Order: sequence, then structure tokens, then C-alpha cells
Amino acid sequence: MDDTAALKKTPLHALHLSLGARMVPFAGYDMPVQYPAGVMKEHLQTRQAAGVFDVSHMGQVIVKAKSGKYEDAALALESLVPVDILGLAEGRQRYGFFTDDNGGILDDLMITHLDDHLFVVVNAACKEEDVAHMQKHIGDRCDITVLDRALIALQGPRAVDVLAELWADVAAMKFMDVRHCRLHDVSCLVSRSGYSGEDGFEISIPADKAEDVTKRLLEHPDVEAIGLGARDSLRLEAGLCLYGNDIDTTTTPVEAALEWGMQKARKTGGVRAGGFPGAGRILSELDNGATRRRVGLKPDGKAPVRGHAKLYADAEGKTELGEVTSGGFGPSVEGPVAMGYVPLSHAAAGTVIFAEVRGKYLPVTVSALPFITPTYKR
Amino acid sequence: MLKFTEEHEWLKIEGGVATVGITNYAVDQLGDLVFVELPEIGATFAKNDNASTVESVKAASDVYCPLDGEITEVNEAIVADPSLVNSDPQGAGWFFKLKLANAADADGLLDEAAYRELTA
Repeated sequence: MDDTAALKKTPLHALHLSLGARMVPFAGYDMPVQYPAGVMKEHLQTRQAAGVFDVSHMGQVIVKAKSGKYEDAALALESLVPVDILGLAEGRQRYGFFTDDNGGILDDLMITHLDDHLFVVVNAACKEEDVAHMQKHIGDRCDITVLDRALIALQGPRAVDVLAELWADVAAMKFMDVRHCRLHDVSCLVSRSGYSGEDGFEISIPADKAEDVTKRLLEHPDVEAIGLGARDSLRLEAGLCLYGNDIDTTTTPVEAALEWGMQKARKTGGVRAGGFPGAGRILSELDNGATRRRVGLKPDGKAPVRGHAKLYADAEGKTELGEVTSGGFGPSVEGPVAMGYVPLSHAAAGTVIFAEVRGKYLPVTVSALPFITPTYKR
Repeated sequence: MLKFTEEHEWLKIEGGVATVGITNYAVDQLGDLVFVELPEIGATFAKNDNASTVESVKAASDVYCPLDGEITEVNEAIVADPSLVNSDPQGAGWFFKLKLANAADADGLLDEAAYRELTA
């Protein structure tokens, strides 16, 4: 039996095949890992010009209060995330994470204040659990609606000019702004955000128009199709977490160095301090620090150090520190890059530790994240 | 004499010494190589031992020793520039030279036609 038969397809599946993509199963979907250009060229294309990514496998969800008031939806979702959502201005987006009672991370997500409701984007692998989680805890106060729309990302330094040819107002958007717009007469939702470390956009498109809009973007000489392989190397260089690798229910937001995702209003002394799952542990770690921390790791040599490689304090592998959570080759860094968790005693940038690769203990230097300089238009 | 393995290595055998590399097909599957680790000169391997490692942007893969033998030479050029393996896998991108323990062992490997059929 063909084991790809059970895989779901995004609205752009046929387009991927027509572009010669190599398809792989990812989070239950048949997705393009790379196109004929290959991961290296696709990565550099995105950093140097622009790339378009199909991220339609991600979950797009509307959270709307039964009262019809934004404030009620915001306060409801605040009971599940340590994020200031009430204070989120209309047309603005914020990163956040669902936490569990132990302070672990159930998923990370993007949260937008859109008109009188919330628009959230969650990871493909978690979307059913996330929707059930919201239904269970805030379903009495809010309607949770999963949208059947495509989502593409247009990322790279040329992205804004490419998109401005279709919709001139895009140039006025700032990082994390979200706007309704029409692209080729198709009603779309555009956010100036992404997962590459570059300036760029994520565009939510009605499923039946997705191929048309994506094809038009690909007609631009500065735009190429980019697969999941380069999406991963781009986000790794940008120091961004991949749920299931770098963050999960065993990691807290403070351990994961995601303090920036929690605003003053929700922290100790804030106007709405706590009130989310795991608040006891997370607020305590915000005040007192966690015992371990996610850090950047730069292997000294040329060998990539991959996820699950064990980290040691010494070159003999005697004192284990933790594990690499993501690692590979960074085409823009032109060398291997990784991240992982180490005790605070070894978390300072410049600390040399050792990663076990094929029985050898290779020196890696704890490094500030990101590995590249992001070009977000703040 | 040119031979192939089912693990996508090629061997050019001359006077009991095989020059070994990975095939066009293997390179196409692996994608852009970013790291190559070669065996030590003088190391001896049995058939199917892990003799070398290649890494693409995405993943690491083992290169197996195709026959019993001793490493007599390695291609340091592909360590300095792994993209040589992508651009010329069956030429300048060779990995190592192996002095065969038993030259007749090569008879059991695939010839070019059989390998083509395998990867068609």
C-alpha cells in the first residue's frame, strides 16, 4: 500500500509537484522539503532576494467572544498564555505559547488582534490538540473556528517590493502589523512576520485562490519556491524555536529563553500577573532564573552537530550538561550552527563545551542567538 | 573495471586497488554536501563497515566500505570543498583508495548495467 495515501494535501500540493518538489511527510501532510534548486540555493535565495513557502499545514483559528467584544476574547485567551493580549492594539500581532500546569510549553503560536476577535496561527502537528485545549477551557466564552484557508510566507529582502507591486500599502506596514488586503482581487490577510530572520510576510489566502496568488508571486524574477529544508536552516540561523525540537512540555518559557514573549502585565507586579497554566513556576523562574537555558552553539570545526547530540563539560564525555535540540549547517553562516540546553553555569556566551558526534567529543562554543542579523522592519 | 554497490558506491578497480566514491544517484538523493569525514590511511575495513560520513544541510549519512581492504589514499580535496562531490561525484569527488584483500571479491558487485537497473 502507498503510505502517502493517508497524508493530507495543502491547496498548493499540485503546484509543488509541477515545480518538481521532493515531497516528504510532515505533521500529517505531504509537503515539499526542497525543489530542484536544493536546500543551499533556496536558503541563500531567501536571504538575498525572496522566497515563497507553503505553510498551509499550520492551523489558522478564529477566537471570537460570544459577547462579540474583543476584550472578552483577549481575557479568555490570556487564561491559556502568559501574554498581554488585552493590550494588543488592533492590527497587531504577538508571539506566544500555550503553557501547561507544570510550566511546560504545549505549543507556540502567533496571536493577532483582528477587528473584534483574535486570529491565531498554531503549529500543524499541534493544531488538533490546541483547538481541543481552547474548546475545553474557553469554549464556554468563545467560539473557536478553524479556517480552511491556505497560508504562504513570502520572505526575504525583496519581499516588500514584490508584494508592493500587488498592493502598494504594504510598504507602510511594520514588523508584526496585520492588514486585510486584496491581491489580484483576492481577499487576503497579510502580516509582516515570518520564520526566516528576514523581513517578510505571511499571507492567508482563501484555499481556492491560493494557487493563483502563489503562481503570480512566483512569476516575479526575484521570487523562488522554497521548501521545508531551507525553512529549517533559515529559522535555525535566526535562533527561532521549532516546536517539538527546541521547546515542548519538558521546557519552560524561561528555560527556552523566551522571556521576551511575556509582557509586564502578566509578570509579578503586573496588572494581570499570572492567571495562566503553570504561572507559579514560570513567574518564579522569571524572578529567580531557571537552572538551565537554551543557548546558541557554534561548533568550532566543520562537522554539523545535529539534534539529540549529547553535550558535555569536558572533552572526555564525563560530565553531561544537556542535549542539542536543533543543529545543522547554516548556509549563510557558512558553517555548522546548533542550539540546545545547558546549565546556567555553562550558558555564558564564549563558554567552550563538547558535543558527542560519532564517538568523538567536538568543541562547540556557546554563542548569542541569532547567528545572523535579522532584518525585521520594526 | 567499474563496479557498483546497492548502497550507491562506485569502485574503479585497477591492479587490486579500488578508487571508491558515491554515485550520481546518491548525490542527487543527498543534496548539497557540507561536510565529509574520511577514513585514516592504513585503516582496514571489512565489507559494509562504516568507512566515511557525509553530511548535507539536512542530515548525516554513512558511506560503507564496499569490500574488505586497507585504505591507501584519501581525497583531502573533498574535505576542503565537499561541493566537489556534488559537482563531480564519479570523478574529482572520489573518497578513498582501497587495497582489496581479495581482488576476486569484486566479482560479486553490480556492473554498470545492473546498477542502472537498480536506480531506474
